[in-house]
Amino acid sequence: MNKDKKKELSLWADKIRKTALETIKNAGSGHIGGSMSIAEMLSVLYFDEMDVTVTDPEREDRDRLVLSKGHCSPALYSALALKGFFPLEHLKTFRKIDSDLSGHVEIHVPGVDMSTGSLGQGLSVALGMALYSKTQKYDNYVYAILGDGEIQEGQIWEAAMCAGFYKVDNLIGFVDNNKLQLDGTLEEVMSPYPIDRKFEAFGWNVIKVDGNDVAQVGDAVELAKEQKGRPTMIVAETVKGKGVSVFEGQVRFHGGQPTEEEWQTAFREIDQRIAGLEG
Amino acid sequence: MERNISTREAYGRALEEFGGDSSIYVIDSDLKSCTMTKYFADKYPERFFNVGIAESNMVGIGAGMAACGATSLVHTFAIFAAGRVYDQVRNDVAYPGLNVKVVGSHAGLTVGEDGATHQALEDISLMRTIPGMTVVVPSDANETRLAVKAILEKKGPCYLRTGRPAVESVTDTFDGYKFELGKGVQLTDGNDVTIIACGLMVQRALNAQKILEKEGISARVIDMHTIKPIDRDIILKAAKETGAIVTAEEHNVIGGLGSAVSEVIASEYPVPVERIGVNDVFGHSGHPDELLEKFGLTAENIAEKAKKIIERK
Repeated sequence: MNKDKKKELSLWADKIRKTALETIKNAGSGHIGGSMSIAEMLSVLYFDEMDVTVTDPEREDRDRLVLSKGHCSPALYSALALKGFFPLEHLKTFRKIDSDLSGHVEIHVPGVDMSTGSLGQGLSVALGMALYSKTQKYDNYVYAILGDGEIQEGQIWEAAMCAGFYKVDNLIGFVDNNKLQLDGTLEEVMSPYPIDRKFEAFGWNVIKVDGNDVAQVGDAVELAKEQKGRPTMIVAETVKGKGVSVFEGQVRFHGGQPTEEEWQTAFREIDQRIAGLEG
Repeated sequence: MERNISTREAYGRALEEFGGDSSIYVIDSDLKSCTMTKYFADKYPERFFNVGIAESNMVGIGAGMAACGATSLVHTFAIFAAGRVYDQVRNDVAYPGLNVKVVGSHAGLTVGEDGATHQALEDISLMRTIPGMTVVVPSDANETRLAVKAILEKKGPCYLRTGRPAVESVTDTFDGYKFELGKGVQLTDGNDVTIIACGLMVQRALNAQKILEKEGISARVIDMHTIKPIDRDIILKAAKETGAIVTAEEHNVIGGLGSAVSEVIASEYPVPVERIGVNDVFGHSGHPDELLEKFGLTAENIAEKAKKIIERK
């Protein structure tokens, strides 16, 4: 990835972060840690790689994304609003009564491809989309973003086995390996490691990247698109709460809310970075 | 089509017959010779996927296909279709309102010798409680065929229940029989009591009607193939005109057809209701006929309950 593109996508990643945090702060609740760790993946997908049309969000042969870790809706909704699927102003209704922006991801929101929330199920859904697209001869890709804690769910491995078996090479997954889950570190709670060798054993092409580096994420997606006869899993090494010093690596920001002082630190740090990238 | 076959066999034949549309996708979980998707698989291999013994993944795949515009049908035994993957059906199919048909075969006691772990007696209840689900329990081959046609034409989530044993085809013997989702069918007229049945209890209800007729009791028989949305009008008409209702289903008495009928009656026109089904216990191994006898799912028991309820009017 060239320098200008890297700068542009890094900027979108931080804009996604800032928007997601504003959205959570306004709602008074929401999942910060996992929303921050996937900002680069969403930036690369929606602002570079994915073939989607803002004015025609239901186009049948579009690329699709299943955010299987559906609790990170603030990041996805922010990316979609920044992309132009709906007004940024609408994010102020997140988690509020009568809004379509529920706590977890909702299919009826413009730009969203599947409802998620009950963990472990999104890879199967993405696989179904990929199989359908292949048999309908669409020239598209289906993406899924999985949490690292989420892959403790058995259904993930049913889907992994099946995607390898059917050689579904238009399916590209990410594991957001931010190393923390609700009750603590993955190592403490239930280790799914080694993630790469497990997917390889089921017939997947596996690429390991720094998931908070847009250039590495983008290059991995390009490689994945060239892969024939195998699905690709991009194991993204990330930091939970990435981009804000006081959130990084903190279990309590899985779903917990910051103090006013921590909010101020967060917006100051992100604003400084955005100013630097825009300058 | 052969008449006296199982509803699962009729289902498989109907799926083959009506499966020509290129948007129809069929997914099975290592049971194509049991759920009878094998006929579709042979005819349309490019739209058939066997995912192995992985029902959760199957439902997710069906949901993903439907999200892209497919009409997808997922298949396993009823016990797994409603129980094992309840969460996937609720969250991946019904909540997003996707066009996935969940087909549960081998429902009820008549799985027979395989025993309680495989006898779905709660599936109607579980599926009925999910918002937006259509729940269909056909009684015979003719009705199953018409049900398959209807659910393929109606977009949205649906649960279809089929059975293992061969059953007598009865619906095709009634003049003017017409299948419409959400509309019960009155098979016989009667003024003293109404028997509302679904699945293979429809045949038993008709036999009960004959027993009662010999004793001078006129029983109305309603085939309630759609449990949800329930046909309110036909129930209320029966309540008003006959004053007493017996329900009959191969299912727990909690949550199924009997409950659905009782809910309408209790809220809108209270009359005595007697529910025949399995009385909140697990099933058992045995020959299907022995099991139906043991748990009281017989024409004789229906007739007995009908006579008793008439006294309560």
